[in-house]
Amino acid sequence: MLNPACKRLLGALVPTLAFLAPVTAQPADAGPTLEAVKARGTLVCAVNGSRPGFSVVDSKGEWTGLEVDVCRAIAAAVLGDSSKTQFVKTTTQTRLTVLQTGEVDVTVSNVTWTYGRDADLGLDFVTPTFYDGQGFLVPRKLGVKSVKDLDGASICVRPGSTSERIIADVQAKYRIKITLVVIEDQKELNTAFFGGRCDSFVQTTSGLSAIRAAVAPNPDDYVILPEIFGKDPMGPVVRQGDPQWRDIVQWIVFALFEAEERGVTSANVDQMRESKEAETQRLLGVGTGATGKGLGLDPQWAYRAIKQVGNYAEIYDRSLGDGSKLKLGRGINAQWTNGGLLYAPPF
Amino acid sequence: MATGTAACRSFAIAGTGAIRPPPPARRGTLGWLRANLFATPLDGAVTLALAAAIAWLAPKALAWAVLDAVWWAPDGRACRDAAGACWAVITEKHRLILFGTYPYAEQWRGALVVLLFVAMLAASAGPWLAARAKLWGWAATALAILVLMLGGVPGLEPVGTHLWGGLPLTIVIFIGTVAGGMPLAVLLALARQSELPILRALAVGVIEVVRGLPLLAVLFVASLIFPLFVPVELQIDKLLRAEIGMIIFFGAYAAEIVRGGLQAVAAGQREAAAALGLGYWPRTRLVVLPQALATVVPPLLGDVIRAFKNTTYVAILGLFDVLGATKVALDDPAWSRHAAEAYLFIFLLYLVFCLAFSRWGMAVERRLARRRRG
Repeated sequence: MLNPACKRLLGALVPTLAFLAPVTAQPADAGPTLEAVKARGTLVCAVNGSRPGFSVVDSKGEWTGLEVDVCRAIAAAVLGDSSKTQFVKTTTQTRLTVLQTGEVDVTVSNVTWTYGRDADLGLDFVTPTFYDGQGFLVPRKLGVKSVKDLDGASICVRPGSTSERIIADVQAKYRIKITLVVIEDQKELNTAFFGGRCDSFVQTTSGLSAIRAAVAPNPDDYVILPEIFGKDPMGPVVRQGDPQWRDIVQWIVFALFEAEERGVTSANVDQMRESKEAETQRLLGVGTGATGKGLGLDPQWAYRAIKQVGNYAEIYDRSLGDGSKLKLGRGINAQWTNGGLLYAPPF
Repeated sequence: MATGTAACRSFAIAGTGAIRPPPPARRGTLGWLRANLFATPLDGAVTLALAAAIAWLAPKALAWAVLDAVWWAPDGRACRDAAGACWAVITEKHRLILFGTYPYAEQWRGALVVLLFVAMLAASAGPWLAARAKLWGWAATALAILVLMLGGVPGLEPVGTHLWGGLPLTIVIFIGTVAGGMPLAVLLALARQSELPILRALAVGVIEVVRGLPLLAVLFVASLIFPLFVPVELQIDKLLRAEIGMIIFFGAYAAEIVRGGLQAVAAGQREAAAALGLGYWPRTRLVVLPQALATVVPPLLGDVIRAFKNTTYVAILGLFDVLGATKVALDDPAWSRHAAEAYLFIFLLYLVFCLAFSRWGMAVERRLARRRRG
């Protein structure tokens, strides 16, 4: 819809805004974000809206996806009702600007946590809810189990992409020889790979799973190899200068992790309230030790989030995992106890 | 044999007997074919080439669009093996495409909005309603549409503007743009011709500045930059901000068209009205504007149609108009390969509406022409 000239204009406007925002937006904040959210009665989240598994609209006009559910969990904890959310579809150009202008309370829109963004933009990143990275997609019939087995393989790749660099690293690391098939256009690349012109195809794992579900003649015939390259941590972003709101978002994400680790699901959360474990009790707001005062919430905040939305595993499964069309394995997004990166500090 | 009399003098030679038919080569289907398709060797060659192309393409198009097409496939599997079009993508996603994120259970309200709009458009196309009745009719329709969309009255659940989407959203923005932009255009055009220098300079400034900006930039300012300068409590609804931006944009363009109309009104008309003792406003309202607007119906209609298509720009606010909702529908991995069918549907939808506006404009023109003659 946007012609190139307009795109360039947007590109030029956004950095200007980014510099403007920290100066002018801060005094505009009436008070802590929590107060504003409670007064409004809805939580406003910026999401991407075009990322299968993370945030999309289904045939009935309902929002679904991992990031959408994180947003709902925050609403459940803060407002008591996971449906009191308002989603704003943003682009990569606008997703942080709307946060800086105060139009949204939190941005959960596939924003990769980088030094530059965290330090320069007047924003705070909380714990990533998804660790993306570049992966290899191969036809199942090749019988390849690891990237090491790809010696002599041909790989489709876009010129100058991160994928191209990663293939070079892989060749050096495993001492294997890979033939590159360089194709400029993403659509042609998809056609070439699924048409059998190359043995493998490198991209972010979330992108690969979406392409596999959308383009592959039979998605089950293709597997993503277990090795992940590059770092792409994505999580919620909040405005800097509101430590309470930052803590709230941070600990709601931790609560979702912790609930999975302790086996608390939306189905059994009521029985788990009877648990004798002190940490489970504190998580669910049972007993005398439980309090939400530090966050400005009542003790049952995490209970509500888990009850209404589910723990991280439930969210992952219905958005990206086997319960979804994407069928993306947990990989590094598993609990630390299973060799993944999800690690919640003790409650 | 001239039959010239004093009363009726004609110098033409009147023939006797019945009018003779044209020669056989010009008659009937064959004659028509010859005159229209095979008049010269080049015409003949072009006709044959096009006929061959149609004969080659038509069966393929028919097979793709109808014979081999899949109309219903709950999860998109049936479409993967189909040779023809996958209209199932429309069957599956039509609610999302037509109504966006408007609450599913309340979407009948959106459907009613579309019906109301189409009915009023049809009612105001013909000569059977007086101008005043049409104006009131449109005002009532606009109010009804707003109430239906917003809710909040007994029996209708309130629905925030952030949930509006699809065709009803397109229609709301369009009506707002034209209803707000037309008076603005007339005022700007009059101000530009005013004898008061400040007013004139102001009008010229607004028109030139707004015309010098792309609509996208206007909307960008309205949605992202405006909130930076206004405290959170004073902020107005995002859709309203965009609507105001669109109204100003439409007004600035249409103002120059209206000015053209004003200049086309003969000076004598104004002077005659002034001589009759009419002041500025009655003179403008009763004598100048009716003539000025009647002359510029065709170019104004172009702007109106453009306003309808420009509604797609609200996508940058994160709202789902018909096109935005279609794009989101195609993000679903099960259906994203059927973009061609979905966009074809949107193409037809826009075509139907824009053609309707066109026909409506032509009807208005014909009626005005009759009035001028009569």
